[in-house]
Amino acid sequence: MLDISVILVAIMLCIALVFNLWRLLIGPHIVDRILALDTMYINSIALILLYGIYNRTPLYFEAALLIAMLGFVSSVAFGKYLLRGDIIE
Amino acid sequence: MELSEFMSLFWITAIMLLGVTVPLVTERFGRTANTVFTMLPPAIALAYIASLIPTVLAGNVITESLEWIPAVGLTLSMRLDGLALMFAILILGIGLLIILYARYYLSEREAAGRFFAYLLLFMTAMLSIVLSNNVLQLWMAWEVTSISSFLLISFWSSKSESRKGARMALTVTGAGGLALLAGLLIIADIAGSYELGAILASGDAIRDHALYPIALILVLLGAFTKSAQFPFHFWLPHAMAAPTPVSAYLHSATMVKAGIFLLARFYPILSGTELWFLIVTMTGLITLLLGAYVALFKHDLKGLLAYSTVSHLGLIVLLLGLDTELATVAALFHIMNHAVFKASLFMAAGIIDHESGTRDMRKLNGLWRYMPYTATLAMVAAASMAGVPLFNGFLSKEMFFAESLHQETLGFLSWMIPVLATLAGVFAVAYSLRFIHDVFFNGEPVNLPKIPHEPPRYMKIPVEVLVALCLLVGIFPAFMIGSLLEAAATSVLMKELPYYSLAIWHGFNIPLLMSVIAIVGGVLVYTYRRHLYSFQAQFKETDAKLVFEGVMQKIVAFSAKFDEGLNNGSLQRYVALLLLFTIVITAIPLINLDVAAAHLPDQPVTFVEIVAGVILCLSAIATVIYHRKRMIALITLSVVGLIVSVAFARFSAPDLALTQLAVEVVTVILLMLALYFLPQKTIAESSPSRVVRDLGIAAAVGGVVATINYAFITQPLDSISEFFLANSKTGGGGTNAVNVILVDFRGLDTLGEILVLGIAAFGIFKLLTGVKLAMPTANYKGIPWSEDRHPPILTVISQSLLPLALLVSFYIFLRGHNMPGGGFIAGLITSVALIQQYIAHGVDWIKPRLKVNYQSLIAWGVLIATFTGIGSWFFGRPFMTTWFDYFDIPFIGEIELASALVFDLGVYLTVVGATLLILASLGKLTSVHRPVAEE
Repeated sequence: MLDISVILVAIMLCIALVFNLWRLLIGPHIVDRILALDTMYINSIALILLYGIYNRTPLYFEAALLIAMLGFVSSVAFGKYLLRGDIIE
Repeated sequence: MELSEFMSLFWITAIMLLGVTVPLVTERFGRTANTVFTMLPPAIALAYIASLIPTVLAGNVITESLEWIPAVGLTLSMRLDGLALMFAILILGIGLLIILYARYYLSEREAAGRFFAYLLLFMTAMLSIVLSNNVLQLWMAWEVTSISSFLLISFWSSKSESRKGARMALTVTGAGGLALLAGLLIIADIAGSYELGAILASGDAIRDHALYPIALILVLLGAFTKSAQFPFHFWLPHAMAAPTPVSAYLHSATMVKAGIFLLARFYPILSGTELWFLIVTMTGLITLLLGAYVALFKHDLKGLLAYSTVSHLGLIVLLLGLDTELATVAALFHIMNHAVFKASLFMAAGIIDHESGTRDMRKLNGLWRYMPYTATLAMVAAASMAGVPLFNGFLSKEMFFAESLHQETLGFLSWMIPVLATLAGVFAVAYSLRFIHDVFFNGEPVNLPKIPHEPPRYMKIPVEVLVALCLLVGIFPAFMIGSLLEAAATSVLMKELPYYSLAIWHGFNIPLLMSVIAIVGGVLVYTYRRHLYSFQAQFKETDAKLVFEGVMQKIVAFSAKFDEGLNNGSLQRYVALLLLFTIVITAIPLINLDVAAAHLPDQPVTFVEIVAGVILCLSAIATVIYHRKRMIALITLSVVGLIVSVAFARFSAPDLALTQLAVEVVTVILLMLALYFLPQKTIAESSPSRVVRDLGIAAAVGGVVATINYAFITQPLDSISEFFLANSKTGGGGTNAVNVILVDFRGLDTLGEILVLGIAAFGIFKLLTGVKLAMPTANYKGIPWSEDRHPPILTVISQSLLPLALLVSFYIFLRGHNMPGGGFIAGLITSVALIQQYIAHGVDWIKPRLKVNYQSLIAWGVLIATFTGIGSWFFGRPFMTTWFDYFDIPFIGEIELASALVFDLGVYLTVVGATLLILASLGKLTSVHRPVAEE
């Protein structure tokens, strides 16, 4: 049962990722693209967690944790750039 | 003799090399103490060599070797035979006298410490040449003599002629050195060894080899450039711009004798063929005559001695070329005699220059009345140079005359050699006579800058010692140097020596007649020199310096042009050339398609993997399409990085996934920092045809790389992974094989990498210091930047994130040895967390709160890593052996402690320091002056 739901969720996440990429490529505003990238980070976290569940190992949780943290920093940097141009003032 | 029991030949060069620092350290104790300390290393070396004299004279060859990199056949190897002994005594003995002499020659204001250090370096290099038992080692020492002689000749670097003379010497001898290296490599290849012992034993194989002529010519080029043989002799007179102690040393016993030494050293394997006799004899003969003739016309004292040196070197080379054994004995004898009398003559010339202020023989006249003692010494040495009986120069010159009669090198023209030899003897007598008569007699001095007087007492001692040797060897030759000469000659000829007699009187014979002709003729030539001068005045004198500089400038202009074509500043061109070259190199093996064929069945592909692959490809292509809109390209590039990290996680490489992610974020931040200074819009630079070309190159490279990858993953592969997996727990104490590889198995690589990282960070820091860049006042749409520098939401969230991030990095760091993680990833996470604070709060807020000096952080990191590695030495283990044990700690339970953790701490600190140093330096570029758009 768990396996089937994992596969179903994985397919959904993939579709979400493709839509994210679509938004990222067409824009139109730069903010759309940054948000799309941020969402891709979130979806990747979900995908990795799912892979951990599928293999029944907690090993991938940290990778997910790190993507969450680092993805945040990278989105912040993009945002700061839009705001001020200079990210470290 | 006791000395030799715990010393080895390696100590000679080691002491001398360490001794190079002695004069620099002792310079502050005053000139005299400095001189005494400087003389210590060569004195110790000489004492040790002296203790070995009986062993070598008994016919033994002392060899010692240390394995250096045995896997590629590199050993450090020393050899002391008769030839090496003779040269070592000359180098060290005359070197000691030169140091004493230089103490009085250099003025009080000159940097004697630096001079002595160069001199000792040069001496070390010369000793290493003669003591070397490995041809590569010999060649390296040879190059060091070129470089250190450059430093010595250009010691008075404020003078243009010193710099030009030094550069000429370096260019000529350096070019010869390259030829020599090629020659030595060929010889070593034929003999199958770099060891001199093996090479000297395979003389027949070398002479019969098809490559023999090439090897011979290359080696001769090396020897002839160093020993100033025609047509490479032109550098030597210009090297006279050096301080006189340098000239006295370089042009008597050392530098120029290195080429002769090389000929003598390789005499057993290279000589004995037509080619050898023809080239060596003819070169020697031309140099002998040319030098002797030109010397007569030089008005500069040192110029005369320089050409006389060229001539005497020609004589020795000629003797080595003549195909009789006694000629070789005579050559070795003359090496010693020439070193002794030429060194004393140069010193005398230096004294005259020093005490009268000029070296021009048209001004220097009648000095006998001012310095009779120096004059006597100079006269004895000059008589030896001329080959007058009772002085050492006479003996070897007479042997030379005798040998010139006993050879058939030139077939029916062989009679020319004794005739030309006598002619050269005539000129030698004439210029020696000029040296004495013009300087010490011949009227009164003309407009001397100083009133000449005798030099300080101790300045004369080196000259006295050498002149005494001239006399002693001249009168008691067999007693003084008979056994040394025999040992040297035996090691050159490598067989029993024929009978010869070292005596002054051999009865009335042709050589004696030739000597008499030379002396009488020389006196006549000198007496009627005016006719010769007016004849010579008809020729236009060419200045070798001008010709040389002209050639050099042409070469430089040509190189600049060539460089311009290749290195024109266009990054596109560099990338295109680099990739094209890569295609050529990598595609050739791929032509054999069998290599690329699949040998394993395809693995099943899941839906998720296909989607990830498509996203990866699309975002990569989008990056290329959007490359002129930098911000968008950066976002699409981030997608590529993200997917790659996810792929690493999927294919069981969690360490790589973590690293890739952290590197990705740091890169994005770095690029965004740079983006601020770049133009917001990029114009289209590539023409359509260029786009097509670049597409073609990119497609080809992509195809090649894809093929290689495909070939790689479809081969059944026996990799070394199994070894690491099996040994990481038992050998390195960790279950995470990746981390154990980093900190233990390949710990040295990691150490090198963090060192490079640190150096790169320092370089970037240095480059960015003081840089001022134009800052845009508005974004790419022309909208001014926001006024809100640090939005409160951002600062609050960032601040609360910091402890969490630090905790994560600490955790990742600690468990790295057994689970995914380690110092590198933890360092990156810490850096990213801190950068987040920089972004949120700005540099000025961080500065008072985080008082960490990133430079010292890097230094500490590298030091900790290094000393952890060295630590294993104290336990008698090789560098970087991990130590680990298990401890039972109350409340926590059993834990494992490994020294690798300390090493990892070094890695961690370096990574944090380097990343923050780079990013914070870039960030600081903007922190002070910010242009305001509104004003």
